[in-house]
Amino acid sequence: MRMSLKMVSWLGLVLTLLPSLFVFGGVLSLDTFKNLVLGGSVLWLATAPFWINQDRSRES
Amino acid sequence: MPVARDAHSKETLDTIDEFEREPVPPDEVKGFKSFLGMVAGEHIAGTEFVIGPLFVLHGAGARDVFLGLLVGNLLATLSWTLVCAPIAVKTRLTIFFQLERISGFSLVSIYNAVNALLFCVSASAMIGVSSSAIGVLLGLPTPGLTDLLPPGPVWVASVAVIGLVMAVVATYGFDRVSRFANVFAPWMPLIFLTGAIAALPGLGVTSVADFWPAAREKIWTGVPQAGQTKYGFWHVMIFAWLCNSAMHIGLTDMSIYRYARKASYGLASAAGMFIGHYMAWVASGILCAVALAQGNVNPSPGEIAHGSVGLAGVICVLVAGWTTANPTIYRAGLAIQGLLPRFKRWKLTMIVGLTATVLACFPAIVSRLDQFLGIYALVGIPIGAIVLVDVSLFRRLGLTPNLASVTGSRFNVAVALAWVGAIAVGYGLFRYTGADFFFFMALPGWFVAAFLYLLASVILQRRRPAPALREEAA
Repeated sequence: MRMSLKMVSWLGLVLTLLPSLFVFGGVLSLDTFKNLVLGGSVLWLATAPFWINQDRSRES
Repeated sequence: MPVARDAHSKETLDTIDEFEREPVPPDEVKGFKSFLGMVAGEHIAGTEFVIGPLFVLHGAGARDVFLGLLVGNLLATLSWTLVCAPIAVKTRLTIFFQLERISGFSLVSIYNAVNALLFCVSASAMIGVSSSAIGVLLGLPTPGLTDLLPPGPVWVASVAVIGLVMAVVATYGFDRVSRFANVFAPWMPLIFLTGAIAALPGLGVTSVADFWPAAREKIWTGVPQAGQTKYGFWHVMIFAWLCNSAMHIGLTDMSIYRYARKASYGLASAAGMFIGHYMAWVASGILCAVALAQGNVNPSPGEIAHGSVGLAGVICVLVAGWTTANPTIYRAGLAIQGLLPRFKRWKLTMIVGLTATVLACFPAIVSRLDQFLGIYALVGIPIGAIVLVDVSLFRRLGLTPNLASVTGSRFNVAVALAWVGAIAVGYGLFRYTGADFFFFMALPGWFVAAFLYLLASVILQRRRPAPALREEAA
């Protein structure tokens, strides 16, 4: 479960960054980019709180 | 049920022990990655949506920006690593309590009051930035980067709600602030980066080779906007180095780094500097240039982010302001507790948060952020020099460190002379040279404070030698 959550979180970050490269390459519109970034952000912000602080506690 | 819950919340808040007046015990020190999350989150903030655009509006050239940020951020990282963290790890105390041992309660009370005020203004700028995001979300008029007065009562109401929520979160202390920042730390820099990359085609950049010509001709043109002063390499470099100088060479980040296992953890600040104060400032400058190119001559941080990244950008502005406001309000709470040690820190933090919220209603706090930070540096950092000299040099020179705690004095004259003298010399130089930036005089003030404190201590301690006290202190 924890690993699945992490994978969804990282997918969210990929979805936040990657579309900008397609806009830069001229293959994606700015409006579609904004929607994809929002989707990626929601994925990250909805899943990261469930694991990120537990990981940090173990590291410290 | 509500009564029980309230009682439990109050008990939880009252028992939070942040070691404000004792060294952090060995079992409470934290690892490197804990610091990375805290520092990175703190320096990738809502104010980056202000500072990056300010370089554009003030007509800094592209070379000035890229080179100035490189040198300035390197110096800032070294300042944390070589000055702040070693002193924090050596003493394991906050600067407020360490200064009280050196200067006495009366003088540290003045410092605490000044610091709390400066932290309040700083936090209010961050609340203001976050509020510009809410304004864009709700379709409200938001103040631009050159506005001084609030655009209306609805804006003031939105600032009040956001500030109140931030104040409540900050009352829960370091761990909760750290946990809050951790969630957003990896995501926020990506929003800056992704927004800037996607915005580049809007400035005619469609290949890597197009970037530098566009950077020079369309983003950092070297020509200031109407009514703005001209910034060059030295402005950018000194700003990057000293915008957080109160924290590093001013030593207020002892509050954070006293939890560090090793002094080398000061290097964690590089993450904040090069992601938050390099990449994010460059990125927000690009976003601002796009807004200007689209005809918005006075954009707000929320509008800048919304124009290029949409709703995710607006959320980023909101939480970026929040994650910086939180530790700032927390620090201000610590400062006031030094002044009023009998009061619970969380109650004082709440008062500070509310005060910052009131100040945030005035957009001048945001539009004059660069000048405010310069004053902050000029007033705040001389104390860092005084504490550094006392902790690092006094024993070697045969002087008595922590004089106030040894003698029971409430007012160390040497500290007062050095602090006031440094501010006076710094401000005098500012007036005499006709400089356009307080930051240029902050560093001379730091050295003047170190010299004056050493000189005054030598004179005063020789006039009233206290060998017995010296032995006691050793």
